[in-house]
Amino acid sequence: MTNTTFDVQAIRKDFPILNREVNGRPLVYFDNAATSQTPKQVIDVIADYYSRYNANIHRGVHTLSQEATDAYEKARETLRAHLNAKEASEIIFTSGTTHSINLVANGFQALLGPDDELMVSEMEHHSNIVPWQMLCEKTGSSLKVVPMNERGELDMETFDKLLNSKTKLVFCNHVSNALGSINPIEEIIKKAHSVGAAVLIDGAQAAPHFKADVQKLDVDFYTISAHKVCGPTGVGLLYGKRAWLEKLPPYQGGGEMIAEVSFEKTTYAGLPHKFEAGTPNIAGGIAFGAAIDYMNAIGFDQIAAYEHELLVYATDQLKQIEGLRIIGEAENKASVISFNVGSIHPYDIGAILDKLGVAVRTGHHCAQPVMHHFQIPGTVRASFAFYNTKEEIDSLVEAVKKAVSMLQ
Amino acid sequence: MSQHQSINDIQDEIIDEFSMFDDWMQRYEYMIELGKSLQLIDEQYKTDEYTIKGCQSKVWVFAELKDNAIEFTADSDAIITKGIIALLLRVFSGQHPKDILDAELYFIDQIGLKEHLSPTRANGLVSMIKQIRLYAVAYQTQIEE
Repeated sequence: MTNTTFDVQAIRKDFPILNREVNGRPLVYFDNAATSQTPKQVIDVIADYYSRYNANIHRGVHTLSQEATDAYEKARETLRAHLNAKEASEIIFTSGTTHSINLVANGFQALLGPDDELMVSEMEHHSNIVPWQMLCEKTGSSLKVVPMNERGELDMETFDKLLNSKTKLVFCNHVSNALGSINPIEEIIKKAHSVGAAVLIDGAQAAPHFKADVQKLDVDFYTISAHKVCGPTGVGLLYGKRAWLEKLPPYQGGGEMIAEVSFEKTTYAGLPHKFEAGTPNIAGGIAFGAAIDYMNAIGFDQIAAYEHELLVYATDQLKQIEGLRIIGEAENKASVISFNVGSIHPYDIGAILDKLGVAVRTGHHCAQPVMHHFQIPGTVRASFAFYNTKEEIDSLVEAVKKAVSMLQ
Repeated sequence: MSQHQSINDIQDEIIDEFSMFDDWMQRYEYMIELGKSLQLIDEQYKTDEYTIKGCQSKVWVFAELKDNAIEFTADSDAIITKGIIALLLRVFSGQHPKDILDAELYFIDQIGLKEHLSPTRANGLVSMIKQIRLYAVAYQTQIEE
């Protein structure tokens, strides 16, 4: 460790769930890329909301409604500051990254035609593929795929070849959920902008590990899911540049998103409310802000350094298991390791690891094109968070060895 | 099969067998062994038509009617799934379609493998049981005709 103030044992005390046992063994939670755990500071914020000031926001003149509105808007400001967006109204609360992407895809329907092209990377999560395919079906636009190499790195030469003046939208994840690869989004954004294309970066897997500066990146859209950054499930955000958000039509009609309604004509509210129809997940939004505060208090530099240490340690240890193959060995990686052992099915390994108290994800990780690329049915994926330890990695390695000895 | 055993007789027999194991590891090792001895589906039937796609592991199942009883053969790409299939086929294969339709499947819960039948496991087993029943419905109709 470069910084000695990082005290993982103290941090672990913030997470009540890390004390539980699974199948009679202490839980080793390595499914962080699917959902991170929640510190008591965030759980307390949710309990406090429902205990003290649960009310609908932006409407009531009564005290509770005002307190709830203040807290919700304060969370939006926290998220703005976190991403260094210019203004808080560029932060749209959504139900998560999938919702964020669908909101943008829906908005572009009116802006695209049959001659237009969209670009997506081969290593996307299905939620960053399917909405665009649906969009292409509606608009007649075509979808171009940027391939990756055997290490799980994007083929930027092909990217350059595919990019042209017809390209209107480029979308890519910041970090691959299946492989952990960190993609060169600065380069992607710059190049896409040079032909006038807008860029959406799916930051769901990046947000737990590092901060994105949306102004510095000059990205058009960026997404985060709260449940991957120590927040609650069912809430997330879409960052969009004001100019784009103003251009896109609303996604859903309803309360909150209107300025005036009559049967002749309805005018929409300004940003961000135009995209926030209906009563939102108020407690979730407030807790999302608290989760980001919690992580910032620990410090993303420290989190990244510690997680990198875990990644290097786990990679070294796992590689010593005979027949173990790591899928995704990009030069730049977040703390995610996908692997297979020999020809053993990942499901079998996952089932036995669960019995040994080790929680991993197995399967195709909602990224079937990645699995097709490597010609495998799926992988076992261990993903590490800042509250994990090297001792837990030792438990994982022992559990994998045990599973292999039973299954071979 | 020498003497015909009812579905519940077989379920009870399996529960009895599993009661001899002290812990999950022995149960799993036994299942892995069973998986290896599964009466495999003929390769020609390992096509999309006979595939049950779970989110994670794949299952293939084929059925044919012989003397008013359904003979099942199957396979999976995951060995633990295969072991559970072997147990399911032991219960259902060679049974009359009506008996399959009337059966209440209770042995899986009782031998501590319930988690493999939860929808989150997504291993295709829940769909496989549905498929077994669908075969039974189809063959029952055929018999009645």
